[in-house]
Amino acid sequence: MKNAWTDQQIDDIIGTLLRVGVMVSALLVLLGGVLYLVRHGNMLPDYHVFRGEPTDLRNVERIIKDALSFNARGMIQFGLLLLIATPVARVAFTILAFALQRDRNYVIVTLIVFSVLLYSLIGGQR
Amino acid sequence: MTIVAFTILVLFASLVAGFLGSLTGLGGGVVIVPLLTLVFGADIRYAIGASLVSVIATSSGAAAAYVKEGFSNIRIGMFLEMATTFGALFGAAMAAMIPASGIAVIFGIVLMYSAYLSSRPRHDRKSDQESDPLATRLHLDGTYPSRHGEIAYHVHAIPQGFSLMLVAGALSGLLGIGSGAMKVLAMDQAMHIPFKVSTTTSNFMIGVTAAASAGIYLNRGYIDPGLAMPVMLGVLSGSLIGTRVLVVAKTRLLRLIFGGVILALGIEMIYNGLTGRF
Repeated sequence: MKNAWTDQQIDDIIGTLLRVGVMVSALLVLLGGVLYLVRHGNMLPDYHVFRGEPTDLRNVERIIKDALSFNARGMIQFGLLLLIATPVARVAFTILAFALQRDRNYVIVTLIVFSVLLYSLIGGQR
Repeated sequence: MTIVAFTILVLFASLVAGFLGSLTGLGGGVVIVPLLTLVFGADIRYAIGASLVSVIATSSGAAAAYVKEGFSNIRIGMFLEMATTFGALFGAAMAAMIPASGIAVIFGIVLMYSAYLSSRPRHDRKSDQESDPLATRLHLDGTYPSRHGEIAYHVHAIPQGFSLMLVAGALSGLLGIGSGAMKVLAMDQAMHIPFKVSTTTSNFMIGVTAAASAGIYLNRGYIDPGLAMPVMLGVLSGSLIGTRVLVVAKTRLLRLIFGGVILALGIEMIYNGLTGRF
């Protein structure tokens, strides 16, 4: 049990994880946003009719590819993806923390939550 | 109106929503969808996608500050997240089946209920002394810091709380809101968890709940970067400013005003939904 973290230490690490996740994603969204406004700012917005995003902005792999090629919308979407991944990372970390505390019940509970999140993020893709 | 003008207006409106939401504790998420649909004329699916993203941002941003204070209970949160995430998956699946006008009406009802909840005074209940055997087995009981040292509390009515969390999750997934009010209701009223522990744990859970449906919304093409960008940045910065001034502001009057705004938006959502304007 020497390696186990106390609940307070777990809270501290989670707090830092969340803060960093939100900050990095907000920065990416801001950067992509500025680029987007510079490139497309004079066009007209069109959200009145729902068309759905192109596949490029729906799929995790393609979003990363777009972001790496400095596509403005791709960069924003990558920032948003990172934001969605932040709570997922928090849950993943909690699995580890409970495992170190040898709290088997809560490892299982957390694994269930983690699988639901993974299913949502990756499983729903066609 | 060009994209630049549109973005600046949405950014400003989201900032105000996030600011008032965090100041009143009602969350900025509930007003984003009505704001984007009724005022900015966006399709409700884009609005829900953008709102969901902003909910994750505020929850994670605020939770980062809360968890370190030692109020939130990680075990209660994780245990109940089983219910909220499954509920969120269900809600997101329902969103694809229910027509936009139906979603608008449900949204309106939830808004009116939130307005009602916000008009009731907050209270802190006396902590129960006896413990629930199920709570003991699940290690849900905890303590929270106070001026007189750590205060112990016991958790009750776990099945009821769990069921309410399923509903809260489903509403979050269907409407793109945090469902914070309902989560607090489940913990504070049903499970007899102290108010401060309930609110911080709820905030903690909101991000995970929203992430469970956000993935599905992303894959379905509901999250538009051009719209989500000003909403997320606006709500996040607004709520961060809100937590800074929380201590000095007179929140009672503000809660009443914001509650009134939510009520009005709820009525308009229902009206527009019923008259087929979505």
